[in-house]
Amino acid sequence: MSEDLQQRIKSVIDTAPVALFMKGTPQFVMCGNSERALQALRGAGAPVTTVDILPDPEIRRELSAISGWPTIPQVFIKGELVGGADITEELADSGELERRLADALGDDYREAASQRVVSVLVAA
Amino acid sequence: MTAQLEGLLRSAFPEATEVRVTDRTGGGDHFLVEVTSPRFDDLPLLEQHRLVNAALAEPFAAGTIHEMRIKTRGTS
Repeated sequence: MSEDLQQRIKSVIDTAPVALFMKGTPQFVMCGNSERALQALRGAGAPVTTVDILPDPEIRRELSAISGWPTIPQVFIKGELVGGADITEELADSGELERRLADALGDDYREAASQRVVSVLVAA
Repeated sequence: MTAQLEGLLRSAFPEATEVRVTDRTGGGDHFLVEVTSPRFDDLPLLEQHRLVNAALAEPFAAGTIHEMRIKTRGTS
């Protein structure tokens, strides 16, 4: 079960152009730091795929085991960990975030599919 | 708690030119942690934050810290 969960988390990290693991959803953000990361990514025009980690504490445990990052939110660009809210915000402020998005996804990354919300849990 | 975090950072970064821990809300669970160190020169931001997270892993695992903001700076 937990191995499946780990696989599904890895699959989101590996396949989403930009993955944001957050508390809540973009419609109902449950934490100020998740909001900061989301706003920084939106400001840079990133095509964000979000995963809510709150429905099951196992999600956060497995995610941190994979990434080696202790806190939520966590941002990945093309499978690579960018960091949490502080780093994402700092990179957005300096313009570095847009550069990284363009490097990883191509200069036309803003035209890519817009925001998606996915679940790593199996539908009941 | 602020002093405890500062102590942990000072021993993890003895070379730091600045270590500052601010209790952002006064409630002892929302902190801003600032570290300036030559060790951060030429180190990617992600790795800088990893070092700070590692230094504070113990109090963080204890679950009493609700939120920690990190600001790292190099000296060059």
